[in-house]
Amino acid sequence: MQGEDLKGEHTEAADRPPAIDLTGIDKSFGAVHANRAIDLRVAKGTIHGIVGENGAGKSTLMSILYGYYQADSGEIRVDGRVVDIQSPDDAIAAGIGMVFQHFMLVEPFTVLENVMLGVEGGMRLAQGAAQARRELQRLERDYALEVDPDAVVGDLPVGLQQRVEILKALYRGAETLILDEPTGVLTPAEADHLFRILRQLRDQGKTVILITHKLREIMAVTDTVSVMRRGEMTATVKTAGTSPEQLAELMVGRRVLLRLDKAPARTGDPMLELNGVSLTDERGVTMLDDVSFTLQAGEIVGIAGVAGNGQSELLEVISGIRRASAGTMRIDGRPVDILHSADAARQRRIRLAHVPEDRHRMGLVTAFEANENTILGYHDDPAFANGLLLDRAGIRGHAVERMEQYDVRPPDSRLKTENFSGGNQQKIVLAREMERAPKVLLVGQPTRGVDIGAIEFIHRQLIAMRDAGAAILVVSVELDEIRSLSDRILVMCDGRIIGERGPEASEQELGLLMTGIAE
Amino acid sequence: MDFLDVILVLDSTVRLSIPLILAALAGLFSERSGVFDIGLEGKMLAGAFAAGAVGAVTASAWLGLGAAILASIALALVHGFASITQRGNQIVSGVAINFLAAGLTAFLGFAWFHRGGQTPQLPASGRFQGLVLPGAETVRDVPILGPIYSELISEHNLIVYLGFLAVPLTWWIVYRTRFGLRLRAVGENPAAVDTAGISVTWLRYQAVVICGLLCGVAGAYLSIAQSAGFVRDMTAGKGFIALAALIFAKWRPWPVLGACLLFGLLDAIAIRLQGVALPGIGEVPVQFMQALPYVLTVVLLAGFIGKAIPPRAGGVPYVKER
Amino acid sequence: MTGTTPAPQTPTKARRSARRRGRLPAWIDFGLIPLLNLAAALLVAGLVVLFIGENPLDAVQILVWGALGYGEGIGFTLFYATNFMMTGLAVAVAFHAGLFNIGGEGQAYVGGLGVGLAALALDRFVPWWVTFPVVIAGGALFGAAWAFIPAWLQARRGSHIVITTIMFNFIASALMVYVLVELLTPQGAMQPETRTFETGGQLPELGWLFAAFGLDIGGAPLNITLFVALAACALVYVLIWRTRLGYEIRAVGFNPTAAVYAGISTVKITVIAMLVSGALAGLMALNPVMGEQHRLQIDFVTGAGFIGIAVALMGRAHPVGVVFAAILFGILYQGGAELAFEMPAISRDMIIVIQGLVILFAGALENMFRPGVTRIYNVLTGPGRAPGEAKAGA
Repeated sequence: MQGEDLKGEHTEAADRPPAIDLTGIDKSFGAVHANRAIDLRVAKGTIHGIVGENGAGKSTLMSILYGYYQADSGEIRVDGRVVDIQSPDDAIAAGIGMVFQHFMLVEPFTVLENVMLGVEGGMRLAQGAAQARRELQRLERDYALEVDPDAVVGDLPVGLQQRVEILKALYRGAETLILDEPTGVLTPAEADHLFRILRQLRDQGKTVILITHKLREIMAVTDTVSVMRRGEMTATVKTAGTSPEQLAELMVGRRVLLRLDKAPARTGDPMLELNGVSLTDERGVTMLDDVSFTLQAGEIVGIAGVAGNGQSELLEVISGIRRASAGTMRIDGRPVDILHSADAARQRRIRLAHVPEDRHRMGLVTAFEANENTILGYHDDPAFANGLLLDRAGIRGHAVERMEQYDVRPPDSRLKTENFSGGNQQKIVLAREMERAPKVLLVGQPTRGVDIGAIEFIHRQLIAMRDAGAAILVVSVELDEIRSLSDRILVMCDGRIIGERGPEASEQELGLLMTGIAE
Repeated sequence: MDFLDVILVLDSTVRLSIPLILAALAGLFSERSGVFDIGLEGKMLAGAFAAGAVGAVTASAWLGLGAAILASIALALVHGFASITQRGNQIVSGVAINFLAAGLTAFLGFAWFHRGGQTPQLPASGRFQGLVLPGAETVRDVPILGPIYSELISEHNLIVYLGFLAVPLTWWIVYRTRFGLRLRAVGENPAAVDTAGISVTWLRYQAVVICGLLCGVAGAYLSIAQSAGFVRDMTAGKGFIALAALIFAKWRPWPVLGACLLFGLLDAIAIRLQGVALPGIGEVPVQFMQALPYVLTVVLLAGFIGKAIPPRAGGVPYVKER
Repeated sequence: MTGTTPAPQTPTKARRSARRRGRLPAWIDFGLIPLLNLAAALLVAGLVVLFIGENPLDAVQILVWGALGYGEGIGFTLFYATNFMMTGLAVAVAFHAGLFNIGGEGQAYVGGLGVGLAALALDRFVPWWVTFPVVIAGGALFGAAWAFIPAWLQARRGSHIVITTIMFNFIASALMVYVLVELLTPQGAMQPETRTFETGGQLPELGWLFAAFGLDIGGAPLNITLFVALAACALVYVLIWRTRLGYEIRAVGFNPTAAVYAGISTVKITVIAMLVSGALAGLMALNPVMGEQHRLQIDFVTGAGFIGIAVALMGRAHPVGVVFAAILFGILYQGGAELAFEMPAISRDMIIVIQGLVILFAGALENMFRPGVTRIYNVLTGPGRAPGEAKAGA
């Protein structure tokens, strides 16, 4: 199927020279083969999507095109000419610009300074500044990308910061613009605005390459789409001639179960009650605003929302990592002080378990052996102690049992945790947090960076926990995941819970709510 | 304490501040680029020794200054190699530089000059002498302004004037030039600099070399301008006071001048007050005055008088995100 | 999150360096690579000796003989090693909590005040073994107290502990000069130092013990502080790898965010780790103050606190490594004194040069030899899996 599609693409694009033509791009990081002999042609004046799961190699491929990494082998042609791209400098010279997933901005600098960085136009800043300001204003006008040139970038909202990134690329004369997962931090409305900008860029002759793992965006804005799976390019097709189902199958390699089989929830007593919980951080920014909800035994409640709208802070307050500035909380009917002290150990003692959003940052000490991580947070349990000392043999034995039960491979409890794959690391965290039959289980991004096989396993485990009577709160930026797991869905925006829906709510309806348009 | 005493204390403040100003500005370049440097002390010491040794052998102040700069830059490059190329721990590297310098200067001085680590007394041509500014003699007797001009402003050596000139020059480079923009950017977000097509490595090496240069001048000032030869450990913690001043100044050039003058003034007062009983207070222990810059820095770091926020990428070797 | 994350080493950084490190057998990681680092340091030092026109091989011979060739040399070597074990352990414990304690010098200095005051109070009335536990408590307490403020400021206010401990070294120096000159020096004495302790304030020397094995350590002031240091090594091992507190210290050191998630207070652990570190540094004072000089003097620490940094780096922050590295520096220290005597062109400052080089190669340049060693190891162990590339599972 691969050869066929590529041929079709090739004949169609023949009348216009490809803006970008990659052949045989290969790249490994240690043993991770990120890109395998990739061929890709991007026609001039089109929006070309590259879709694939997390870790499929999309970002690596585009970072090679931008010169941030160097390919081990392969050839890059721009407008038909072979170019040797050794650094971003070369890519910029070849007319390629890139907007990274994590913005490459200097926050204390103004917009103008960020745009000028690297193309200052003279030894003294004053030499180029006036010229740069005029050019910036022209670009802002031409592409409807208004930003105050003198605003400090760190003070701008993310949507505007992204605009600065696009302006940076255009200012450097980019003819081809690469955007890596640009909507991860945007509300659906902001994303739509971005798409309008991209279409306009295309209409003015620019070529846009859009990397995403969201099929909705591919269908909404691209002309052509290439699918990557495990470092390989599996297909390139016209967007108009494909469907989300076909793309999903190409991404994953087999049909995905978009719906989980599960019985209706049988709910019991309230297990977690939040009342008027607010959080204002040290800078005075309101992170949580009067959050109230109740979670009952035997149900899964999903929290939907664009990343960065208070979900992380909510989990941190409930789990005792962070203090709230107002409000009350009860677990299993008993009040828990969330205002005066934050102590995750206390929450664990009253049987609240927490699978954090980011296992590397929070859930694991990756430099520890696996067995040491299986007791993280429970290390003061007398079961693991031998008098004053830790019972190391007991801890290892316990770890091996858990690792076998959760199918962690390899089941070697002495192996350093950093040597396990992402999915297996996540299973170590899940095993630790689920084994004690918690009354309340908080789960952040249950399947981030986890391969498909493990996703199913993890989802089934969560359903089983629910059926055993646990109260489960799931936070995920993947609407699909929220919709297939949850019995009820709460939508968060700007630190507030702005609506509740059933699992049957449509993606559009939830998306609209996530923008902050309250009921 | 009459007016002339005040002038004299201020005059010695100027003399004592200069090595601090030069070293703190040196640190500013390095740390603004994201390379922490607690090795200012060592580089200064190496510069002082090189200047003293070469000055003594050649009887030329200029050759001494050149040697100081070279020696200091050599150590700066070691620090650069460890922190930039090898991505080692910048603090550990700085500690190593300090010991290397302390050991090597004493060791080589001992081996070469057989004076227990000192270099021989310099001839006049081997030193930077005080420059009498035009008209200093004629206005000496003018009340107030006369002593200010002839005692305080005139009759310093060349490096003193260079040191004061270095402040506006640093300000101009950091805030008004392309290099300065990139320097500030690489200390905040090296990835932004990298993706803008600028080499992070090269930029940081430039910053580190400038740091070496300024430390070298500071060292030369100690051995061939302020004194007439090198003695063991002659920096005596000035590199760390400069570091403290840099933090105090929140990594900005003009406040660096202010902080260094303040610390210099404390030192000058400490010398002046030795054995003098103050009315109502009694004799202030000289150790108290010596410890004051360090205490003030700790208080500042504690955030009780404003907050010192270092360049965000400081201390972190640049590794591309994966 | 309460407080601020302390560690100068961020979790991502730790992860990256660990990944880069790959997986090598322990004998390479903890044996071969430190030896290579040491060899590089000594090679450069040898070049310096050559540079001043002396023969480095002769120098090595004199140095080794001076340190190990006869009883008194061995006695002095172990005496110095005792100092470095304590200060090395102090730095090592802080390392495990992700903290770089450069303040060992000041903590040892102030620890000496605790030791000295306790000794001055008791030495005339009781035998040494009654004074002993009191001076241990005094040294540990004063050393820990001097570490407390930087620790608290790091834990609570996020003040960079490297800078504050440097500042505290200078403050300690000023404070101790003041205390000794103004308060503790007896009337009419020429030197700023306390009176000499009576026998109740002197620790027993170990000549008799070595004599039992037929070794005469002559006038070497080796004393029972050596056993305190060895016991401290064993206790630090147990603390770090066998206890809950050690588990928490390592968790905070590797990943403070995960530690907070696990309900571990980073504030508490930062302060505790620094108190232990400061106490260990403070105990170093026993050796020179009560074992050698029998009085408290200006600058008695003579850089031992800083040598602790080199010792901890070379010993890879492991107590066993610390013992070996401390003995090595004991050899350099004693042998260096002998060398300065035998080859007048080479002063004792050579030790400081070597110390700087060891810190450079074993610390700041620790990754320089690793890729090469890893490659050679891979070639030697056959074409199988390359270490560090063995991603387990899928």
